[in-house]
Amino acid sequence: MIKISNMSKYYGDYPAVLDVSFSIEKGETVGLLGPNGAGKSTTMKVMTGYTPPTNGKVSVGGYDIVDKSLEARKQIGYLPENVPLYLDMTVKEYLNFMASIRGMKSGISKRTDEVIDITGLETYRDTIIGKLSKGYRQRTGIAQSIIHKPKILIMDEPTIGIDPVQVVETRKLIQSLGGEHTLILSSHILPEVTTICKRVLVIHDGKIVADDTPNNLSKRLQSTQVCEVSIKENNGVNFIKLLRNESYVVDVRSKFDNNSEYKNYIIEMSSNHGVEENIARLIVENGIGLHKLNSLPLTLEEIFLQLTSE
Amino acid sequence: MINIYTIFKKELLSYIKSPMAYIVAASFFTVTGFFFIASVSDAFSEASIRGFLAGAVFFLIFLSPALTMRLIAEEQKLGTMELLMTSPLKEHEIVVGKFLASFSIVLFMLAGTLFYPIILFIFGVPDLGPIFTGYLGLILYSCSTLSIGIFASSLSSNQLVSLVVGSGILTLLTFINFVSERVPGILGTILNELQLGGSFSVFDTSSFGIAEKGHFADFARGIISVYDIIFYLSISIIFLLSTILILETRRWK
Repeated sequence: MIKISNMSKYYGDYPAVLDVSFSIEKGETVGLLGPNGAGKSTTMKVMTGYTPPTNGKVSVGGYDIVDKSLEARKQIGYLPENVPLYLDMTVKEYLNFMASIRGMKSGISKRTDEVIDITGLETYRDTIIGKLSKGYRQRTGIAQSIIHKPKILIMDEPTIGIDPVQVVETRKLIQSLGGEHTLILSSHILPEVTTICKRVLVIHDGKIVADDTPNNLSKRLQSTQVCEVSIKENNGVNFIKLLRNESYVVDVRSKFDNNSEYKNYIIEMSSNHGVEENIARLIVENGIGLHKLNSLPLTLEEIFLQLTSE
Repeated sequence: MINIYTIFKKELLSYIKSPMAYIVAASFFTVTGFFFIASVSDAFSEASIRGFLAGAVFFLIFLSPALTMRLIAEEQKLGTMELLMTSPLKEHEIVVGKFLASFSIVLFMLAGTLFYPIILFIFGVPDLGPIFTGYLGLILYSCSTLSIGIFASSLSSNQLVSLVVGSGILTLLTFINFVSERVPGILGTILNELQLGGSFSVFDTSSFGIAEKGHFADFARGIISVYDIIFYLSISIIFLLSTILILETRRWK
């Protein structure tokens, strides 16, 4: 559906996206994940034909985004990051207008009613958009992106800036759209991507640093092990010194807890072959006083941090 | 074609809903009415619409950019330009649709002034020819002032900047004879030919007429000059094309 090869986009001398290649098949739900300024929005702006790539080829639905721009744009439903709306129109007028400029010729008002139902905007059908709350504006934005039944749906940070209850509802809505469209969404929020998407592209500094399923991403990083150790408080300094001497220890962080005579440490290690055993032995042999030791599963948040911190 | 119509319809609805079009129309009627009355209320004054024409040509310098300032600047500001540019629309369809919407508002305004000639016919014996050519001239003249206004609107996402730049260009083109008269040779001639409406014997309360110079002069006298028609159409096309070009270049930035 979408094929991007060696695409770069420069703003002046600054490369927002650098030599990126990937392809997305029909029916996939793909999340672009990365911190702010990583190049997610730029990648989307290029895919939607808003701005052409500086180098490389981008084809959407089989049409080159530069040479056959109009054809390519017909395949796409797009929700830009700031959810652009005409504030003086009613929801219905806006959706009718968007349907016509997206190339729908007939059945517009029937489809508008349908989309209003899907996005739960029934009560606000004839409300001026300027008077809607942020969450309902977001829904209106989503509604315009699906109004013309596009093959490809591209959403830039679709849940940013709305309240938590509406975030959950909006996510559900987006999830339900994934079935019929090829869906690409960008986010800097991990749970969002993992609940909605079956594939994650991690972008950092304009480059793709990982491209996998959420499950595989955590598997790939399991060679790194994290465990939590709880010891008697007064032995803390000694303990950290000992750990620093071990080659497999990557990082030690203390977890402060006021009300306890024990002190907790999060230890990150570079291999998972019996390292807990080693740690336990180290503690016991040095008489530090082991209280608790358990290994922690890596959260995606940590994977993300690892992937993107060089 | 259908896309131009869609954009046209949207902009027209937006004009109808926003106060700007009404404010522009109201001040147009007030100011041109003042000029009309001042030009015909003396005893033995001439039964013509020259006073109205002078007022209209003068005031459209400010009113056209006021009508068009929103058209593109607002889309940039709201971010809706991103929607238009990622829809299967061509840049010229966007620009032409918007131009036609503002043009039809001006046509409504001009239609509303038809009671000036009607008054003349009731109380006097005016010459029909100059009235007809006067209106034809105004229609063509407003085409070019609106195009320049739209061009100004595409330069910035700030409507006020668009208004100031638009009226600035129009004022320059109106008073360019101040400069061209003092520039010798071919350059002076070229500058002189650029004079858009040109006539500020508007301020000469004894005659209230269109000056001898400028492309509007012949229309006011009752002459249909192909040269002036081509001039106004060219200015319109040049500025609309520049606007389209600006939208296209912005894509490549």
